[in-house]
Amino acid sequence: MTTKTITPPSAVPGATRASLEVTRRLLRKYFRTRGLFAMGLIQSAMFLFSFRFVFGGAVHTGASSYVYFLVPGYVATIVLFTGGGIAVAVAEDRAQGFTDRLLSLPIPRRAIVLGRTIADSSTNAWTICATAAFGFLVGFRLEGSVEQGLAALGLCLLYGIVFTVVFIVMGLFAPNSQSAQGMSMIAFAFAFISSVYVPVSSMPSWLQPFAKYQPITPMVDAVRSLLVGSTSDVVLALAWSALLLTVFIPIATLRYRHA
Amino acid sequence: MSASDHSSPLLEATDLTVRFGQVTALDGVNLVVPPGEVLALLGPNGAGKTTLVRTIATLVGPTSGNLRVRGTDVVRDPLAVRRDIGLAGQYAAVEPTMTGRENLVMTARFFGHSKIAANHAAEIVIGQLSLEEVADRRCSTYSGGQRRRLDLGASLVGAPRLLLLDEPTTGLDPAGRSEVWDTVRTLVATGTDVVLTTHYLDEANELADRVVVIDHGRVIAYGTLSELKASIGRDVIEVTLAHGAELEHVGRILRQVTANPPTLDTSARRASASATDGTIQLAATIECLHQASIAVDEIGLRRPTLEEVFLTLTFAHPNLAPTVGSSHRGRS
Repeated sequence: MTTKTITPPSAVPGATRASLEVTRRLLRKYFRTRGLFAMGLIQSAMFLFSFRFVFGGAVHTGASSYVYFLVPGYVATIVLFTGGGIAVAVAEDRAQGFTDRLLSLPIPRRAIVLGRTIADSSTNAWTICATAAFGFLVGFRLEGSVEQGLAALGLCLLYGIVFTVVFIVMGLFAPNSQSAQGMSMIAFAFAFISSVYVPVSSMPSWLQPFAKYQPITPMVDAVRSLLVGSTSDVVLALAWSALLLTVFIPIATLRYRHA
Repeated sequence: MSASDHSSPLLEATDLTVRFGQVTALDGVNLVVPPGEVLALLGPNGAGKTTLVRTIATLVGPTSGNLRVRGTDVVRDPLAVRRDIGLAGQYAAVEPTMTGRENLVMTARFFGHSKIAANHAAEIVIGQLSLEEVADRRCSTYSGGQRRRLDLGASLVGAPRLLLLDEPTTGLDPAGRSEVWDTVRTLVATGTDVVLTTHYLDEANELADRVVVIDHGRVIAYGTLSELKASIGRDVIEVTLAHGAELEHVGRILRQVTANPPTLDTSARRASASATDGTIQLAATIECLHQASIAVDEIGLRRPTLEEVFLTLTFAHPNLAPTVGSSHRGRS
């Protein structure tokens, strides 16, 4: 290696190599940005504390204590609260020319989406697991077996991937990073008007249809089912996840062409 | 496979039109640029310079017409075009939380280099751009000039045949600008073709062999710098005075002699005007100054500056913004 010139590469990189490079950059950014790592966790713990100890007393969830109702739903949807940063980061990459640079390179478009999904899903997986641990700290206990608990956690991790892709698409459609932050608030509406925090039956009747039929409610109910060894709502939850992924991944890939 | 070879024109645009909704960013551009040169795209903000660069870089598709880059059609084989080009945009697209070296290796991997080749390419570029001292520091600690240089470097690790620089020095201080200029000159010396956009006339003057002047999405002039200056067809009489107080008087003399509006620069005590018949009018000016007993520091006849050419061109063209750098359209 003493030559002073660069030999042009003989072939363009494959999708796997390109995706992993995209992932590597984002994980480095995540771990090297001071506070990013801790911020998601603090946010998660703070919300959980408020719901468990502040609002929890006013919510009637039948015989079981509120903590048993709240924690599974909260863990399943924590990414809806912490994932806004994904949309902002996608919008920032576009604004700062990083996306243009990627698009001018001879890499497959899908690698940009795939690499980002892998990176952000990994950091979300960490948030989900940490949030589950917080759940135990505020009084949640497994009612069923450990296997059932792990199956429920697995479903939550799948949702983490689904929500990641949705936030990527939001970032791609937002005109700038401030709007991306605003758009990610839509996720709050889906989280609140669902069975995550209160039973749907306690909502006014005009609101119940939305709460009942939007994807978050069956997704959350499926996690609660798995925890007690039932499979109720699981097929519906998996179907919603598959549908959201099959719709949003192609949208993201196509949208990157025009980013 | 790419159809490109060394004999193909660097760029070949045929009726190239790009529209964004109602806005026509490029309006029937026809252009053939030979290889082996530095081409500057010049024009006011919103003229269509950046759109042309983005079309060359395959980031924007033509609405109609064709564009070939080194013989390869940007629509038919965008991947082959992307292998051939390196793009450095208006913003330094480097990851601030990574070191300079990490950024270069990453981009090299995106070009398809193996790990070893990527490290090697990064090392060479670090040397080429004199980034040795900062290469292993995070880019968030870099100065503006260092960031731009690294961004330039990132576009080089794939050994591109054509380097696209979109306003490479916008927002840099004079030291940063000359750093980037030196780097571009070094690259050109090693045989890389360069297309750069700029709204600094001195930048085009410093770096470019040929200039394309674009306004309202149309090419309004194209040629080498001296061709462009000659195309104006008029020399400029320039008088520098010993005392600034007589500047207005000299302006009147110039207007009288040349029948052209003079340009007065109070701080430099300088008056100038285009002269259709250079030497005769110069002699007449000297005679008038002598009769009026005005003390002259320096007087002479010179070729117009690029700025004067540019202003003449944009004035001569209908619907044009009168000032350089004026913003009359959102997208550039």
